[in-house]
Amino acid sequence: MNEILTKAPQGHIEVRNFSLSYDSIEGPVQAVTDTQIHVKPGEFVSIVGPSGCGKSTLLNAVAGFLKPTTGVVTVDGEPVNGPSAERGMVFQQYSLFPWKTVRENVEFGLKMRGMPRSQRERAARTLLGLAGLEAFEKHYPDKLSGGMKQRVGIVRALATGPKVLLLDEPFGALDAQTRVIMQQILTNMWQRLKISVLFVTHDIDEAIFLSDRVYCMTARPGSIKAEIPIPLERPRQQAMMMSSEFLALRRGLMSLIREESLKAMGGEISDMGLQGLNIELHGHSLADVI
Amino acid sequence: MSSPALVRHSEDSMPAIAEAGPAPAVTPPATPPSFGTFALRWYRLNRAGLRAIAIGIISLLAFLLVWHLLTTYRVVFFVRFTNVPSPLAVYASFTKAIHDPKFLMHILLSCRRILMGFSLAAIVGVPLGLIMGRFKLVHEIIFPVAEVLRPIPAIAWVPMAIMLWPTNEQSIVFITFLGSFFPILVNTLHGMTLVDPVLVRAAQCLGARERSIFREVYFPASLPHIFTGLTVGMGVAWVSLIAAEMISGQYGIGYFTWEAYSLVQYADIALGMIAIGVLGLGSSLLIRGAGQLVMPWRSR
Ligand SMILES: Nc1ncnc2c1ncn2[C@@H]1O[C@H](COP(=O)(O)OP(=O)(O)OP(=O)(O)O)[C@@H](O)[C@H]1O
Ligand SMILES: [Mg+2]
Repeated sequence: MNEILTKAPQGHIEVRNFSLSYDSIEGPVQAVTDTQIHVKPGEFVSIVGPSGCGKSTLLNAVAGFLKPTTGVVTVDGEPVNGPSAERGMVFQQYSLFPWKTVRENVEFGLKMRGMPRSQRERAARTLLGLAGLEAFEKHYPDKLSGGMKQRVGIVRALATGPKVLLLDEPFGALDAQTRVIMQQILTNMWQRLKISVLFVTHDIDEAIFLSDRVYCMTARPGSIKAEIPIPLERPRQQAMMMSSEFLALRRGLMSLIREESLKAMGGEISDMGLQGLNIELHGHSLADVI
Repeated sequence: MSSPALVRHSEDSMPAIAEAGPAPAVTPPATPPSFGTFALRWYRLNRAGLRAIAIGIISLLAFLLVWHLLTTYRVVFFVRFTNVPSPLAVYASFTKAIHDPKFLMHILLSCRRILMGFSLAAIVGVPLGLIMGRFKLVHEIIFPVAEVLRPIPAIAWVPMAIMLWPTNEQSIVFITFLGSFFPILVNTLHGMTLVDPVLVRAAQCLGARERSIFREVYFPASLPHIFTGLTVGMGVAWVSLIAAEMISGQYGIGYFTWEAYSLVQYADIALGMIAIGVLGLGSSLLIRGAGQLVMPWRSR
């Protein structure tokens, strides 16, 4: 645990001239194009954007699951090729190993590293304690609530002391109350660990509440439409969501996203042949109504 | 909207969540519950199971009764019960048989053949299925051959098996092996194709390499299907064994049953059949037990 807490700040993510297209039967599908982003060591950065704009694609490339078609992804100057324990990941679908108990799940990364059993048991217990889960170490994941599962997922990803933490809509499947609690837990943990975080979400409040900076992506093919610094003070508390500062940021981001979502939807609508509606969309009259 | 209250709420609810576990903390009563309350509670929790057992016993007894009536009155109604032994006759032959070392040897030999044929099938089928599921080339090479051989019933292999193997014993074990091999292989392979790719990714992000992913993700994820394959395979192993014993055996419970027919020992026919049923049931229960032992996360 101390090892994680006292680690020198590192985990500088850089994505340059990035584009990625998938092969499909109708030819290549350009998912992300001409994208530059970076995360400074210890920074919390979110990516928001309309559905299908390529957020997961970008994150999966940083994780090493996808190769960029053009451009490079580096962490601390080293090009990413393939997944590694240096980049911890938390998935929306929980992705805990159902055949392992909560503690065995958390131990998994340490086991892969060859840490002896007694040592990794102790480390896992400490981490589970931090997340308020020590009472559940012997439970199997299917007995846990969604919020607990995702806490285990985060703890598991942090157990190996990764340089960066990648999260792909980790709270998307949770109910609103649990989500708020999870956001608070995550920001508290981050405050302590000072790890670089790249966080994908479509929840604007969540992005503002958690982040130092927010990237807003355009509709597909996705690229960075805007980069918004979040100067809210730290440590963050849920009450800040009522502050005028927060609301101003929210309004700004909201209008950016709405524009892109309408574009994304407009494309689909015109595909369906509803031309009249499409024209109105471009005329912004409907945008104000929505 | 009082903000500090909101803040405190969100922080307080963390331990609250942690405590509201899946095992809902029943507030411990001041005095330990009396035996009566305990028994009542146990009864209420297990009512469905008890009901199933009770009805099961009644239905078995009814079956015996119908059998008894059909045979004592020698009913002829499309099927003829004239020569069918009564349950009491079968019981008499059973009490005689359990003191007969020859009968026990028949049973032991059949069990040994099952054990050998089935174990071989599992030892070959499970790893082969796992490897075929993981490595495309192996799949592409082996799958077509397996698909051609799979529809051939094990019984159809009897003449070929007799030609292939020097002894009768070996050919019977081979038939048993073949019967259970394909269900095991196919189910293992199926389990491999259903492994959640997100779990594989999660393991990769935690530093797992090919070998560990195989051992820690693919294998346990396929276990439920492997056990389905073992259960089905065990059933087919008995089918194949009995058929092989009836055709080419000199010993074994299948041979015993067939021999009883040749020797006009009608009660022994039914005894042999019941023995086969009980052995088949027992072996599938064994597999189910092993499955629960190996997959504790599946028992609830
Ligand atoms: N394997 C694939 N083959 C072809 N196209 C794909 C593939 N995966 C994703 N896409 C397309 O690429 C685009 C970007 O997908 P991606 O999953 O990155 O979007 P996203 O922003 O994460 O969306 P969401 O908010 O719904 O999670 C989508 O339009 C999707 O249809
Ligand atoms: Mg996505």
